Amino acid sequence: MRARIRITLKDGVLDPQGQAIEKSLHTLGFEEAGNVRQGKVIELDIAESDEDRARARLDEMCRRLLANTVIENYEIELTRT
Amino acid sequence: MKTAIIVFPGINRERDMATAIRTVSGRDPVMVWHTETEIPPVDLVILPGGYSYGDYLRPGAIAARSPVMRDVARKAADGVTVMGVCNGFQILTEAGLLPGVLMRNRSLRFVCRDVHLRVENSQTRFTRHYDAGQVIRIPVAHHDGNYFADAETLRRLEDTGGVLFRYCAPDGTVNDASNVNGSTANIAGVRNVAGNVAGMMPHPENLIDPLLGGTDGRALFESVLEAAA
Repeated sequence: MRARIRITLKDGVLDPQGQAIEKSLHTLGFEEAGNVRQGKVIELDIAESDEDRARARLDEMCRRLLANTVIENYEIELTRT
Repeated sequence: MKTAIIVFPGINRERDMATAIRTVSGRDPVMVWHTETEIPPVDLVILPGGYSYGDYLRPGAIAARSPVMRDVARKAADGVTVMGVCNGFQILTEAGLLPGVLMRNRSLRFVCRDVHLRVENSQTRFTRHYDAGQVIRIPVAHHDGNYFADAETLRRLEDTGGVLFRYCAPDGTVNDASNVNGSTANIAGVRNVAGNVAGMMPHPENLIDPLLGGTDGRALFESVLEAAA
């Protein structure tokens, strides 16, 4: 299975990179853009055919390494390949 | 008094740290590579600055999961003094040995210059050779030194004397203008509740010799080496 993990900053955590992107968008004339937040996406193959077990393992990967849960949330998306 | 300096790939301040230890204690530290699973018996473990693993994923994230860190955690639990500077501070927070996290600087710029710090708590094994409220001048060199912790963690830090240093003006005023990286409550260094693990972004190891422009970092090493003796 293929996993796509989306990691985003929690609400209330300052995101200076998001703010810089927003300013740059405004400079380009995209005045309607607001509240820009930057995150990251990690994709990986997981050698596991059972979806529940795959999710449990991915959840553990997120908690132990991929996300820092002090400041970040994560969402796991699984697709069969 | 024995000191171990943990060396991760991409670290670049380990020699400055070794020089500081040698200068203040008169003894050579042991350099321990990150793949080691056991650190020799020591009284002090130091995680130096640099860019372990190129700051991939998050600064300190990969290093915090390397084999040697299990023994660092064991030693910390046993009460051994553990200190992280710059990337070492980031690694200790990523390893869960210190609260909070170091985020990208508010300015988004790498900052490399001298800053002033106010000593907030001088009753610790890291700061006993300073006076409370003393202002010291020390260099910073980092891109991700913006300390963040949630409200509850901050309250616990403040209540337990966990804040060691704050960024301040030369006269000791703690204000936004002197906050070099946007850290919550101007926090530059913290210790854990047990009192034996500490981390800071500024580099005390670079100010222990008058030839390098000052000796304000020396008292930190005198404190920590005396505590570990």
